[in-house]
Amino acid sequence: MSETTETSQALAQARRLVGECRALGTAQAAAAPAGLLARVMAETGVGDEYFPLATPLGDVFVARGARGIAAVMRATSAQAFEAAYRARTGRRAFPAERAPQQLEARLRRLLAGDRRAAPAFDLAGLSEFERAVLLKALEIPRGEVRTYAWIAREIGHPKAVRAVGSALAHNPVPILIPCHRVVKSDGHLGQYSLGGGEAKQRLLAAEGAEPETLEALANRGVRFLGSDTTHIFCFPTCRHARRATARHRVEWASEAEARAHGYRPCYVCRPA
Amino acid sequence: MSETAETLGTTDEALAAGLACELNAGFEALARVYAGRLFALTCRMAPSREDAEELAQDALVRAYRALAGYDAERRRTLRVRPWLFAIAVNLCRNFARRRGLAMRSLDAPTRDGEAALAEPEAERHEQPEEQTEASETRRELAAAIASLPEHLRLAVVLRHVEGMSYAEAAEALRAPVGTVKAQVHRGTRLLRAALEGHEQENELGAHLTPFHDGVLARWEAER
Repeated sequence: MSETTETSQALAQARRLVGECRALGTAQAAAAPAGLLARVMAETGVGDEYFPLATPLGDVFVARGARGIAAVMRATSAQAFEAAYRARTGRRAFPAERAPQQLEARLRRLLAGDRRAAPAFDLAGLSEFERAVLLKALEIPRGEVRTYAWIAREIGHPKAVRAVGSALAHNPVPILIPCHRVVKSDGHLGQYSLGGGEAKQRLLAAEGAEPETLEALANRGVRFLGSDTTHIFCFPTCRHARRATARHRVEWASEAEARAHGYRPCYVCRPA
Repeated sequence: MSETAETLGTTDEALAAGLACELNAGFEALARVYAGRLFALTCRMAPSREDAEELAQDALVRAYRALAGYDAERRRTLRVRPWLFAIAVNLCRNFARRRGLAMRSLDAPTRDGEAALAEPEAERHEQPEEQTEASETRRELAAAIASLPEHLRLAVVLRHVEGMSYAEAAEALRAPVGTVKAQVHRGTRLLRAALEGHEQENELGAHLTPFHDGVLARWEAER
């Protein structure tokens, strides 16, 4: 082999190697994780990131910024969501394929009923009162419901029942902050912002709150359940009320009726 | 993703102008261009895909914070690519130091001798045959790059994988151009040797002598 052929072959080989290196670079750049850009935007505050989340209502869009989760919305498409999000918050949302790993685990635990797993929520645009309402709703255990009046009383504004309803209707992060677990004082399920009463019923059913039973009780005018062994009355979904066997279960139409029979309110669900 | 170094140069000027004009919009454009390419670097330097992703993300977040502290003039005259890669290179080096172990690339052979995947699994299944072959070559190459010592690997990746000029690579590595050239040459030579280990049938490589290295170095320098 002459030196020049060898040299040109070596050159050709080197060119090939360099070409392959560049090809590797472009292939890798193209295979960059879909969420990388979105995460950077969220971390820097240039925009927020959003990702789909599986719920009993199907996939919903969840958006998160530097301050926490800012929105949970249903939309027909990613584009529709981005537009709606921008209209609501004035901020851009960038698509990530899925939630950041840790956050995803927390959301799964939260949806499974572990309230300690609740992530940070971005409730900055809300009033002090609205924030108090939502944080109180977050305390309602999975599979149980409370009334608008209960929230109003618990946050120290017992007369602001209507305002509580309107604050819940504007919950920016439904499902995660479970406003679907708040029902009317007469026991009927009432309205729901993320798809109406039917969606509310589906969510409650998925959580084991037995919405049909609740409606049936409400239709019969029953608002509280008590046990004749303990003389304690509860909201129908309170885990203590559910523990009482049918034989010992008593039904009350009002706090006054229960108290008149010598029953006291449960310390756990605090029905009065 | 098929831009050459030349068109990237002009893109960088446009990016810098964008940054000077409106930081957030300019930064979004910058992140769109560079997120994947920073990832291509951090992939070569981090032991797992998650770490590589986090390093690339961190580099961009730091870049944004730095940019926010620059005045418009400084942003306008910024040499975007070397500046951005310098941040990523620093993070990669710190990452390795923090872990107290030599940087191991995503593609370094794992215990059972299999090279970790250079690309997502799903992608490979859908590829037609000639592309499978190409991705096979890429995996071998990635494994060979992973076998390089850290400082040579950084130089080779910046020069050949990202396609920087020596001047840019030197800026990104904060090292003299001559040092970087030497590192790239040594790295490339090791890379060839490593690849020839896989390609026994290619007898040419075995005949490469220091003379050929000299020829290649000259050819390199002229590019």
